[in-house]
Amino acid sequence: MVLCTLLAGAATQAAERSEGFAADLAALAASGFDDMDAVVERIASSDHARAVPVMQALLDGRLYRRKSDDRVVIVADAEAGYVLTDAVDGAELGTVSRRKVKRINVNNQLRSLLRGLIARAALASADPARRLAAVEAMSGQLDADARDLLAERATQEEDARVREAISVAIAIFDLENGDAARRDAAIDTLRGSLDPVARGRLAVLAEDDTAPRETRRAAASALASIEQRIALYELAQTIFFGLSMGSVLVLAAIGLAITFGVMGVINMAHGELIMLGAYTTYVVQLAMPEHLGWSLAVAVPAAFLVAALTGIAIERGVIRFLYGRPLETLLATFGVSLVLQQAVRTIFSPLNRSVATPEWMSGSIEINAVFALTWNRLTIMLFMLVVFALLMAVLRYTRLGLEVRAVAQNRAMARAIGVRGNRVDALTFGLGSGIAGVAGVALSQLTNVGPNLGQAYIVDSFMVVVFGGVGNLWGTLLAGLGLGVANKFLEPWAGAVMAKILVLVFIIVFIQKRPRGLFPQRGRAAEG
Amino acid sequence: MRWLMADKGGLVMLAVLAVVVIVVPLANLVIPPDSALHVSTYTVTLLGKYLCYAVLALALDLVWGYCGVLSLGHGAFFALGGYAMGMYLMRQIGERGVYGHPVLPDFMVFLDWQALPWYWYGFDMFWFAVLMVALVPGLLAFVFGWLAFRSRVTGVYLSIITQALTYALMLAFFRNEMGFGGNNGLTDFKDLLGFDLQADATRVALFLSSALLLALAYLACRAVVGSRLGRVVVAVRDAENRARFLGYRVEYFKLWVFTFSAVLAGLAGALYVPQVGIINPGEFQPLNSIELVIWVAVGGRGTLWGAAAGAVLVNYAKTSFTAVLPEVWLFALGALFVLSTLLLPRGLAGLLRRRGGAS
Repeated sequence: MVLCTLLAGAATQAAERSEGFAADLAALAASGFDDMDAVVERIASSDHARAVPVMQALLDGRLYRRKSDDRVVIVADAEAGYVLTDAVDGAELGTVSRRKVKRINVNNQLRSLLRGLIARAALASADPARRLAAVEAMSGQLDADARDLLAERATQEEDARVREAISVAIAIFDLENGDAARRDAAIDTLRGSLDPVARGRLAVLAEDDTAPRETRRAAASALASIEQRIALYELAQTIFFGLSMGSVLVLAAIGLAITFGVMGVINMAHGELIMLGAYTTYVVQLAMPEHLGWSLAVAVPAAFLVAALTGIAIERGVIRFLYGRPLETLLATFGVSLVLQQAVRTIFSPLNRSVATPEWMSGSIEINAVFALTWNRLTIMLFMLVVFALLMAVLRYTRLGLEVRAVAQNRAMARAIGVRGNRVDALTFGLGSGIAGVAGVALSQLTNVGPNLGQAYIVDSFMVVVFGGVGNLWGTLLAGLGLGVANKFLEPWAGAVMAKILVLVFIIVFIQKRPRGLFPQRGRAAEG
Repeated sequence: MRWLMADKGGLVMLAVLAVVVIVVPLANLVIPPDSALHVSTYTVTLLGKYLCYAVLALALDLVWGYCGVLSLGHGAFFALGGYAMGMYLMRQIGERGVYGHPVLPDFMVFLDWQALPWYWYGFDMFWFAVLMVALVPGLLAFVFGWLAFRSRVTGVYLSIITQALTYALMLAFFRNEMGFGGNNGLTDFKDLLGFDLQADATRVALFLSSALLLALAYLACRAVVGSRLGRVVVAVRDAENRARFLGYRVEYFKLWVFTFSAVLAGLAGALYVPQVGIINPGEFQPLNSIELVIWVAVGGRGTLWGAAAGAVLVNYAKTSFTAVLPEVWLFALGALFVLSTLLLPRGLAGLLRRRGGAS
């Protein structure tokens, strides 16, 4: 009962407010410039949901009066005239010719008043993101009133990031307009801020001959501290990019670390298995277009299966006849890779296919203006770690893993104690190939999916495995991440292609020095 | 000369080559175009191209078949020789280029370069270009091989770093800043030693030079293989450690053969470029180098003449396939890789040898 009364009360109140708002709008359309100030102030303080859009429309010159019935409308351009929206309730009123409406004009004084009111309204918004956007929009172009408004707002602001933005905005204003004490305080505030406007203003102040010496020195030192922070974050950004590129390398190489590293089989078709994984993602997305968010979850096991089965077929059909003849294996698997490429080209056309990125993987976490982590790269890094951990677990704790290691160490002895060598070979090769397919799912999120996708990664993958030390998964992990980071560090001063060449040359020289990689196998397994 | 007499396959090859050398130019230049026996200039150039490939296959067979070093980067030496020749041809264009600059090639004018880079000096002289054709691939092979063989990088590892070598060179040559025409490479050649490259007679002369190079290269390789050095090299292939323990400096033998082979590949590339009229970074593609390996594998490695025959056969198949069913060629090539390694480990030469008993 009480609730009902309350609700009814609220409803009447809202209705009254709405009526007042409509009356104010009508007054706006009718009055001259002098009275409009007061009307606008009234509209702003009305707390009506449409107040901000109406003021914005007025500021942008999109608020009109319909000549036929004096109704106030917001217009948007259309081909045959204007699309009208009712200013009070936002209802669509259809398209009319341009002659049927009259613009409500504003002058400069009114414009600056409107800007302040809109900002104030946005500052009072309940959404911290909108408050932050409002402060950032105001920053660098404050006047004294707005400064006071912000200072007042800062005392009741709860969100730390908004508070920080406000203090930066105020400090930027104080740098130019404040008295000496305020200016020094402002320099202190801006020390370490990453705001580009703040940086520019500090640089101007540091060079300003009219300013006192101390102030200039303080500004210069604040500037130096900013530069230092930026350099630090840029370093972090480079490392992040490097790690993400490294993760891709590790993902591409880790399957090879099994087939080449553990089994000693040179599989030149490894890149094509990655490509098959990427195409599986494409097909899965084609099959379930309305569940893009889940498509990757389906694609990972599907790609694993497709690539693993292809791998087992390759092993049973070709490679098993060539054990102990590495160069022939290399040639035969290369032939297989050509066939796979051409098959994909025939089935899917030689053009690149685009694979969609699910929504939860797009966007980024912005730590600050210089440093942002994109979700897809983060996801791929995590994914790589999960795959790596799973693989390690399989090799260490399962029976298959035990048998794989036994066959890798001493085939004859393993067979003598009852390990079925053939079956283990096929399954190991399937495992390595399946992981290549999974890597393809990850790659499909980063690059174009085309028949040549695999070729781009085959040389890199071999480099990573050889660099890390054949037969050593940890070596592969470190080598991949290390090469990725090295590549990204070389890129700024050498260019992307040159960086790649330098890394290749480095590995070539490195292999001369340590032919068995970073972490060579020791003991009997090393003799093969 | 006794080794040559004992080499039946080689004699047959040289005989076939001699016949082709006499018949093809006559059929092209003397027999009128409307006759059924006429050989078009296109075919002459095509055959010349095959012969260059055959020289390249010989070079690879020498290191792979006799020395056991499977190089997946021999295409790089071929391309480097080609680029050296291409640079000479580029300088020969002179003022006839699109921009008409007397010294700078078109692409440099296009990139707004003011002066010729230092490494382009001297390429206006033919003898210098020929020297570079041999020297640049030879030097690269020498340095690379010295590093690799000295630290005993062998087998598959060596194959993979040779592949990385050609891959890195490809990326480098794709860059405009390198000064080799970037993506487009070097093309629009006009004349060689004053002879118009489009003329039939020049084409035939190039074809004859290719045939001569093949014959000389074959004899040289046969001489190397038949010499005492060749025997040591085969010993290195079959049991590297044993050869080392017998007191041979294995790495020097390998290095010598590797460098010689690279020079041979460079020469083949130099004759290839004026015939096809273009050289671009695509020649450095790892795929090209691996395709080359399959020519040798199909022909039969360790026989020399088998490799040359394999190069001509596979390329003839490629030309006919790509003309009729372009999309089938890669299937066929892939199948060739798999089948030749599985069923014909000694190649066609091995098949012939089995038929005709031991020779």
